[in-house]
Amino acid sequence: MAGITSVGVYIPLYRLSCEEIARMWRTQPVGGAKAVAGYDEDAVTMAAAAARDCLRGNGKTADGLYFAGTTAPYVEKQNAAIIASVADLGRRSVTADFTNSLRSGTTALISALHAVESGAARTVVVVASDCRAGAPKGRFEQLLGDGAAALAVGTTDVIAEIEGSFSLFSEFTDIWRTQEDRFVKSVEARFMEDEGYAPIMQEAISALMDKHSLAPRDFSKIVFSASDGRQHAGLAKKLGFDASQVQDPLFHLIGNTGTAATLIMLIAALEEVKPGERVLLANYGDGADGLILRATEAITLIQGRSVLESRLSAMKNIDYGAYLSWRDLVPFEPSSLPERTEPSIAGRWRQRQVIASLSGVNCRKCGTPQIHPLGQTVRICAVCRSKDDFDRYSFSDKTGKLFTYTVDELQPTKNPPGLNGVVDFDGGGRLLCELTDYDLEKVRIGMPVEMTFRKMSRGKGIVNYFWKARPLA
Amino acid sequence: MESIRDKVAIVGMGCTKFGERWDMGVEDLLVEAAYEAFEDAGVEPKDIQAAWLGTVFSGLTAITLSPLGLQYIPMTRVENLCATGSEALRAASYAVAAGACDIALAIGVEKLKDLGQTGVKGPAIVGDNPDGTTGLGSGFSAPASFAYLGTRYFHHYGLEPAYGKRLLAEIAVKNHYNGSLNPKAHFHNLLTVEQVVRAPIVAWPLGLYDCCGVSDGAAAAIVVRADMAKTFRPDPIYVKALAVSVGARQGCMRQDYDYVHIEENVRAAGMAYDQAGIKDPRAEISLAEVHDCFTCHELILYEDLGFSPGGKARDDIEAGTFALKGRLPVNTDGGLKCFGHPLGASGLRMMYELYKQLQGKAGPRQIKDPKFGLAHNLGGNAGMGIASCVVLGNEKSGR
Repeated sequence: MAGITSVGVYIPLYRLSCEEIARMWRTQPVGGAKAVAGYDEDAVTMAAAAARDCLRGNGKTADGLYFAGTTAPYVEKQNAAIIASVADLGRRSVTADFTNSLRSGTTALISALHAVESGAARTVVVVASDCRAGAPKGRFEQLLGDGAAALAVGTTDVIAEIEGSFSLFSEFTDIWRTQEDRFVKSVEARFMEDEGYAPIMQEAISALMDKHSLAPRDFSKIVFSASDGRQHAGLAKKLGFDASQVQDPLFHLIGNTGTAATLIMLIAALEEVKPGERVLLANYGDGADGLILRATEAITLIQGRSVLESRLSAMKNIDYGAYLSWRDLVPFEPSSLPERTEPSIAGRWRQRQVIASLSGVNCRKCGTPQIHPLGQTVRICAVCRSKDDFDRYSFSDKTGKLFTYTVDELQPTKNPPGLNGVVDFDGGGRLLCELTDYDLEKVRIGMPVEMTFRKMSRGKGIVNYFWKARPLA
Repeated sequence: MESIRDKVAIVGMGCTKFGERWDMGVEDLLVEAAYEAFEDAGVEPKDIQAAWLGTVFSGLTAITLSPLGLQYIPMTRVENLCATGSEALRAASYAVAAGACDIALAIGVEKLKDLGQTGVKGPAIVGDNPDGTTGLGSGFSAPASFAYLGTRYFHHYGLEPAYGKRLLAEIAVKNHYNGSLNPKAHFHNLLTVEQVVRAPIVAWPLGLYDCCGVSDGAAAAIVVRADMAKTFRPDPIYVKALAVSVGARQGCMRQDYDYVHIEENVRAAGMAYDQAGIKDPRAEISLAEVHDCFTCHELILYEDLGFSPGGKARDDIEAGTFALKGRLPVNTDGGLKCFGHPLGASGLRMMYELYKQLQGKAGPRQIKDPKFGLAHNLGGNAGMGIASCVVLGNEKSGR
């Protein structure tokens, strides 16, 4: 039976506490903190990180990738294709964006299941990622967090079988954004809850259980979405599940991560269930999706390393000023320093493999891995000078050590000061690059690093992605 | 391969006051520098048979020289990043040595202040992606691209960062002292080690006073055949060596590149000493004008240029070897630290100091009985650099 074969999570390093927001606006804190994507991250970079996390390990690959989210940088141009290229999927993979609804993550999951069951694809990675913004001083500003989750759907090495699904739609305007809206809008909470959220979720969950002749006691966990903790607790009561069965929505730790939220919660549940136990997953947004999952013996494979735990525990608090700057919420005085060069679209196309997977070369004659710091094609070996005699060599999955560095107060960055350095990769090769997500106090020569796909700049109306090094957790 | 040694001579030089020349355009700076050189050489503009202009940002073509009013002679603009001024002299010297002309003008200019920026683009960007080919060039600032050397040098030779910072500060203090004696310098203020160490950090370990300023300026040289030189003046200055070495990004691509030296510097110096017939640079070079864009670069240059053994520059700094009254004075005019770095002008500005020193006309900065002067530039940085070494001397060697 088809099901989940592996999972990946990405939660950005940064947290903005609700108290900090409340202090800024003299409002009431809702409690906890929200995860905030770094200034060099967006829904695509977070999705890429989650997808890479999901495919990490021996020979794991996929022939399909579905991206789900409502805040991807491109509204016309496929985000899934960018993420699939970073995850190093073969060119003949099926890719699609599922968007415009917070339900799109589970819709993509059900579609992936259909693709796998029909034989159209062997393994499809579903990656949900969101970076939604609430207007300053508003309720959503404190509620919404950033994050991404990825699930691989396939038929071999299944860790949780998908036993069934159910969907219904509802034309109900409760949370929305139009093309012109930057911030999430919503109706009055009780109207949403009484006429939309609660009845629709109850209908979907009941119908799904009825269809499979299952009752609440047949599940060890129920995972369901909500817009905030109060709404979540309210529905939990109405559904007739025991409190011990209800998966914590993690809102107090990372905020509501939108499309990613339900899948992150599902991964949290899967990290705890025993083989043979069932999880009920329900997701709301312009209707509802429900799925029944059942853990296999292989579930223990993901429970040893607890990706979610490690992502949640690595964190760094930021202040409201950083948040304003990173999200471009106020205009800033333009820098008098030289700006970054604008990208060339044709140049980026030529170097697409370098951009996607930090692809360099390995010299067949002298065996030296190498990559050009500006991504230019290496035609002549930097060591033995042989010409055009290379194998492709990807640096994106290589760890390395900081050979030398400098803290750059003049670097054009929204998180000053900049840190850049010379990275010597384990196994050979060197790259001059920027670093990100660092703790300046801990930076030293010899510090172990890994590579991460980030937004470098915007220019000519496109997002210029490339790789940076970050301290190895 | 023949050496350029003693084939050509410089018979006139000019150098503007460097600084924030808000009142002067590129054309004013060019005219000031060129006419001082004409007068110094005792030539008329009509005597100039060919000209080479060095500039990076202040003009894309030889037409930039049009304000000089030279009449229909061959003129070319050259560019070699921070070694651009030296490159103009190299081109003019080769043309004269080849017999393509007998009297040539090498002139360099840069009007950085008109760019309206604080600082110049880092070398990861400059000269690589003029059209933003890939846009991958990271946002390293120019100080950052040299600060790497400081971080690694301290680590490699086990210097405590606080001690390393003081060592760098000594270099800034020395150059500012020299600059205070030079009316053409941009900065004339004296510094103390404490001031330098406590200045705001720009790119660790470099603070504000470890970095050179942003200035405007121009400098020029009249190059003639060596055998004609004494018809212009009794004390011509002979070109002993013209060397350039360009890296192929070894520092960015090979783990064996150590970041405690810059190989381009070592190679350019080696070529220059060979051409000039210098066996022991520490003993034979009388003074050096080196590329102190950042103090940590001057630190490693003492070793790269063969003045101090590897890791031992600190001993010479502490002994005052490179001070104005030391045994090998470095940056006697105040260096880039006090002149700023108008890229196209810097190399020729350094040679202007060597020229005056070798003629005994350096006023309060005059050193005793100089014979050979070295001018060094580096564009880019470690492993992606353009190093230039020029040796000038006041005597023809008796070959």
